[in-house]
Amino acid sequence: MRRFSALMCVLILAAAAGAVAAFLILRIWVVLRSRDFMPRESLSILVVAGSGGHTTEILRLLGSLSNAYSPRHYVIADTDEMSANKINSFELDRADRDPSNMYTKYYIHRIPRSREVRQSWPSTVFTTLHSMWLSFPLIHQVKPDLVLCNGPGTCVPICVSALLLGILGIKKVIIVYVESVCRVETLSLSGKILFHLSDYFIVQWPALKEKYPKSVYLGRIV
Amino acid sequence: MKCAFVTVGTTSFDDLIACVSAPDSLQKIESLGYNRLILQIGRGTVVPEPFSTESFTLDVYRYKDSLKEDIRKADLVISHAGAGSCLEALEKGKPLVVVINEKLMNNHQLELAKQLHKEGHLFYCTCSTLPGLLQSMDLSTLKCYPPGQPEKFSAFLDKVVGLQK
Repeated sequence: MRRFSALMCVLILAAAAGAVAAFLILRIWVVLRSRDFMPRESLSILVVAGSGGHTTEILRLLGSLSNAYSPRHYVIADTDEMSANKINSFELDRADRDPSNMYTKYYIHRIPRSREVRQSWPSTVFTTLHSMWLSFPLIHQVKPDLVLCNGPGTCVPICVSALLLGILGIKKVIIVYVESVCRVETLSLSGKILFHLSDYFIVQWPALKEKYPKSVYLGRIV
Repeated sequence: MKCAFVTVGTTSFDDLIACVSAPDSLQKIESLGYNRLILQIGRGTVVPEPFSTESFTLDVYRYKDSLKEDIRKADLVISHAGAGSCLEALEKGKPLVVVINEKLMNNHQLELAKQLHKEGHLFYCTCSTLPGLLQSMDLSTLKCYPPGQPEKFSAFLDKVVGLQK
């Protein structure tokens, strides 16, 4: 009798686990498939600024976007002062050039780096998990309409967190990934991961468009 | 007064700095007609001693808020292969030599250097081949670099997110 009820417990648990897993897979599938198209006047944007050239590239992309993309939330690695300076200059310049823009607020958020350049891969797993632990509350608090990133390791936990918001039914966030202009023939590691998780994956060279037909190719955009 | 500007962006590229500030490199650079060499060394640990003689000046610094001025004044830019540094130099129409850092993971920077070289916009090399390249290169063969078009990005994005009127 005891063995039977123990078996029943195990079966019920297994069925419950199976149901949860199936539900999650369905949610992931739905979130990844849905293209959020609804006419709108503005949308809040979360921009992931990696170090050095990543920030330069992403600010060039942002420079082309209208003021409808506000408020702007920037996420940088906590050790990255240079990007903070570039962002502040960019926003000041923008406010100067367009007086009507003066009251657009922007915010800079800091999270720990997922991986330092040349950091070993095993330790990268831990630092990435740590970043995820801190990214999700940030994404949950900001609830952006759109996340824009271009390849630094910092963007993976952010995008996964954004995806999670959708999976948990809290909000569908549009994820736009622009592979760096440096990537001519091969995708970055972040690119390889986010190719499957982003809504729009933009490449800047024809060789990549050939390898990844589902990507968007607009020519060189930075 | 011809000026050469060496930049490593926000990275550390000790091999390049060491190579270019070695006495025989300095001699070679001077013999090519440059009397000023500026080294922007970023996070590097190799810090050459700046000096100034009658015929030649060596300046060294880590960072500036903007490299625009130094690039503008340069007759030759020698850069690490970071996209930001390369694009800044190319957009200012400066002759560009890109030095690949062989110690970087996967060396993804090589892809961009190769592509832009294929299109005739720059020369590229490694630290060991830099002296040879400086000697033999013909800067007049370099072609003008057309800037990127971010407006294509904004047009695309406006459309897909539903902002287009």
